[in-house]
Amino acid sequence: MLRLERITKRFDNGYLALQGVDLAARPGEILGIVGGSGCGKSTLLRLMCGLVPPTHGRVWFGGVPIIGPRPEIGLVFQEPRLMPWLTVAENVQFGLHNLPRAERAARAIQALDRVGLCQFADALPRELSGGMAQRTAIARALVTRPSVLLLDEPFSALDALTRADLQSHLVDIWSDERPTMVLVTHDIDEALFLSDRIVVMRGRPGAIHAEFAIDLPRPRIRTSPQFQSWKERLLAALHAAINGEATAA
Amino acid sequence: MSANESIIGGVRPVAAARQHSSLRIAAPRNWLRAATGLIVPAVLAALWELAASFGWIPAKLLPPPSAVIDTIQALAASGDLWTHALATLDRVAVGFGLGVATATILGAVTGYASCARRLLDPTIQGLRNIPSIAWVPLFILWFGIFETSKVLLIAVGAFFPVYLGLSSGIRDVDRKLVEVGQVYDLSAWALIRRILLPAALPAYVVGLRSGLGLAWMFVVAAEMMGASEGLGYLLVDGQMTSRPDVIIASIVMFAVLGKATDAVLVRLGAGVLSWQDSFKPQG
Repeated sequence: MLRLERITKRFDNGYLALQGVDLAARPGEILGIVGGSGCGKSTLLRLMCGLVPPTHGRVWFGGVPIIGPRPEIGLVFQEPRLMPWLTVAENVQFGLHNLPRAERAARAIQALDRVGLCQFADALPRELSGGMAQRTAIARALVTRPSVLLLDEPFSALDALTRADLQSHLVDIWSDERPTMVLVTHDIDEALFLSDRIVVMRGRPGAIHAEFAIDLPRPRIRTSPQFQSWKERLLAALHAAINGEATAA
Repeated sequence: MSANESIIGGVRPVAAARQHSSLRIAAPRNWLRAATGLIVPAVLAALWELAASFGWIPAKLLPPPSAVIDTIQALAASGDLWTHALATLDRVAVGFGLGVATATILGAVTGYASCARRLLDPTIQGLRNIPSIAWVPLFILWFGIFETSKVLLIAVGAFFPVYLGLSSGIRDVDRKLVEVGQVYDLSAWALIRRILLPAALPAYVVGLRSGLGLAWMFVVAAEMMGASEGLGYLLVDGQMTSRPDVIIASIVMFAVLGKATDAVLVRLGAGVLSWQDSFKPQG
C-alpha cells in the first residue's frame, strides 16, 4: 500500500533526521509509530504524504513513487488548522476542488455526520471547543475519501476525556471503511488502543528500533491485564530506544 | 465542556453557540453608545458659542458655531457646498481607487513571491520615505495643474499604507494554514485566493483605512495648490476673502466627509471580518 524504501532524510541545515528507514503500511491496518520527541516520526509522516521529499530512497504508493501530495492520502495535523474565516462545513469541503457545489455540500454533511458535528455545519471555528475543532479537521481529511489516512499526534492537544472519546470515534470510522491509517504518537496508551502494529523509533538519526504486532482483540479495554502487559513491553522497548534520554509519555 | 460534549455526543444547539454574536437585541442601546462620542464636541461647541456671545474671543477671527452653521446653510442653499464637496469626493474616490488598485497588485506580488519582494520592496520602501508633498512640483511640471496631478498625488498618498498592510499581512499568514493548502495540492493562484488573501484581510483593511485618511490629507494639499472648485479651494478662498467662517465651514465638511467615508470602510470591513475571534471589551 504505502511503502518507505531505504529512506534517508537530511535537512538543508545538515541535520540527519532519518537514516535507512524501511517501513510498509498494509492495506486496511492501523500502523502506530511511537518514539521520543525529535526521533523523526513527524518527518516520516510528512514524507509519506509528499509534503517533503526524501534525500535518499523512495516512498511508494501502490506501484507509483510519491512526488507530491495526492488526494488518496489524507493528513490530520496535531492542531485542527481550520480556516477561521470559513464555516465548519466550508472547512470540511476545503480539499474538494473540482466537484460541483451540491456534491461538495452533500459530501461535507456526510463527513460531518461521521464525526457527529452535523448541527455545527454553519458554526465558525472560534465557536468550537478543541475536541470539536479536531473532529472537524478529521472530517476535512475524510471528505476526499482517502485510502490512507495519516495522523500526526492528532489528539495530543486535547484533555484526557475528549482524547479517549475521539480515539473510540476513530476506531468506529476505521471499522466502517477500513482505510489504512498511520498514526504518529508519543502516547503508548493511544498507540495500543488503536494500532494493529506498532513501530518503535529511536532518534538521532531516526531509525526503526522494534516492531510489534498487537494481537489484542477489539474493542480494546484499557484496564485489561493483556493491555497492561503490552503497555509494559512497549514502555521497555521505548526506554531501550531512547536509551534513558527521556521518559516515555 | 469536553465531559458534557462526550455525553451528548458533541451536540449542542448551534443557536446557543452563536447567541452572544447577535447584534439585533442591542440595537436601541447601540444608538446611545454611539451618542457618547458626541458629548465632547457638543460641550466644546456650547462653550465656544458662549465665549463668542460674551465677547471673550474676537468673532471676526473665530466666528461662533452658529455663524459657521449659517455659512454652511447659505453655501448649501446656493448649491456651492455640493459642487465643492462633490468635486473633492470625486478626486478622493478616483485617487484612492487608483492608489488602492496599484497597492493591491504590488502588495500581493511582493507578499507572495520572495523574488519580487527582493526586487521591488527596497525601491518602494525608499519611495515611501519621501514626504509625498515633495512630489507636488514635479507632478505639476509633468501633468499640469489640472486633475491628473491632483489625482496622482492622492493616489501616491493612499498607496503606501495599503501596500504595506497587504504585503506584510500576506507574509505574516500562519505557515500552518499554508501547509494545509499544500496538503490539498493547491495551485499558486488557489493558495493566494483561498488562504493568503482571506488571512491577510485584517491587515489589508487597516491599510485601507490609513490609506483613506492619507487620501483626505492629500486632497487638501492638491486643492490648495490650485483648483477652481473643491473644499480645499473653499479653504483658500476663505483665506483670500478674510472669511474665517468659510474656512471653518470647509474644515467641518472635511471632518464630516472623512469620518463618513471611514465609517463606510469600517462597515465593509466588519462585514468581511466577522469571523475574527478578537478581544472586544464589552460595554
